[in-house]
Amino acid sequence: MVQSLGLIKETPSQTAGPYVHIGCVPNFCGIDGVYPVDLGQSMVNEKTSGERITVTGRVIDGTGTPLRDALVEIWQADAHGLYNSPMETRGKADPEFTGWGRCPADMATGEFRFETITPGSVPFRDGRMQAPHITFWIVARGINIGLHTRMYFPEEELANAADPLLSRIEHKVRVPTLVAKSAGGGAYVFDIHLQGDNETIFLDI
Amino acid sequence: MSEPVRNAHSPAGANFSRDRSWHPPAFTPWYKTSVPRSPKHALISLDGTVSEITGPVFGHNMLGELDNDLILNFARPGEMPIGQRIVVHGRVLDETGRGVPGCLVEFWQANAGGRYRHKKETYLAPLDPNFGGCGRTITADDGSYSFRTIKPGPYPWPNGVNDWRPAHIHFSVFGHSFAQRLITQMYFEGDPLIWQCPIVKSIPSREAIESLIAPLDMANTVPMDARAYKFDIVLRGRRSTLFENRMEGN
Ligand SMILES: [Fe+3]
Repeated sequence: MVQSLGLIKETPSQTAGPYVHIGCVPNFCGIDGVYPVDLGQSMVNEKTSGERITVTGRVIDGTGTPLRDALVEIWQADAHGLYNSPMETRGKADPEFTGWGRCPADMATGEFRFETITPGSVPFRDGRMQAPHITFWIVARGINIGLHTRMYFPEEELANAADPLLSRIEHKVRVPTLVAKSAGGGAYVFDIHLQGDNETIFLDI
Repeated sequence: MSEPVRNAHSPAGANFSRDRSWHPPAFTPWYKTSVPRSPKHALISLDGTVSEITGPVFGHNMLGELDNDLILNFARPGEMPIGQRIVVHGRVLDETGRGVPGCLVEFWQANAGGRYRHKKETYLAPLDPNFGGCGRTITADDGSYSFRTIKPGPYPWPNGVNDWRPAHIHFSVFGHSFAQRLITQMYFEGDPLIWQCPIVKSIPSREAIESLIAPLDMANTVPMDARAYKFDIVLRGRRSTLFENRMEGN
């Protein structure tokens, strides 16, 4: 025997199930009056600095069908590349920007939508800059453990090419699954494919 | 002359890597919906950068007075939901065993008859006019939390022709890092349905399943009022940055 490291195991994940809305966005599923608003519905206000953008998309299963019961959360830096988090040690982020958003997929179309700002760049562990990106986390019925991925921006070609994560991916053919499509006017479309030829790259972070 | 900083940009320690053999895999065909919703490629490993180490926090001031009281937070004035009154309490810890303060914990459940209050729910068991089924709280300085509710009922669900979910409460937990984000379910000691449930059986080991079963906690019951169940939740720990930069994250 050797000494014990004294570590305990992480609580195992279980699916969020079809009724994740009851706990996370109750007003969305018809439970009014318990919380004044659903959390994460609004990320910006008129005082938030940065370029306004919208990000829409769908989470699509292996048959090509959009999930209509998914819940999507995003987390991103402010316009200057700082996170609104006590864990941020590099400076104080814009207090008018939460950096976190939560959106249930539309019950009819499966579309999610975030009104946010273009994030600034943040460093990789070794100090190199990462291309601007938004972190995504997806849960739903049938997803046993939440899926992490990232969305990058199509016009950031040089930064994307130099990005420490994107440049390290062996199967280059899959890199475009992490890059949103521009619909013009600050609108981006980011569809997430759970399976198939365009299966999105998911991250073990 | 001061020591040169080798890596001025290095953030605080990243989270411990996730033991993916402890969690359920994505593809568990006996839970049929996982079949078209499970990624087939390997995950790409990314050691936490500042994007993953940071995470949103929520202040206690966002909480309403009844947010952790599912017995009263949807009930009509002077009324209460039908069912077994219980208190659920425990701590949010990290893998080193330290309490994690300031965590937003959200929970949701079916009513005593196993019926959810949701637009898409069709189970024939009736709604309880006094039960909404959602609550939330934020952990105290030692990571502790508690809420009051009624014990949810088991319910049938379309998977196999006769599959039933054991009584359970869903939990969503925010740690301090977005990488710690976790959704799970709590089960109740002594429920024979636990060991027949395809969703429970997505978890590979009996030991991991048992870590989701809350024991009856007679030491914390409220006499003549409510029994208690204890449920601790463990989030990923964080590495110390020994020799990487300066000591942080401790
Ligand atoms: Fe459930």
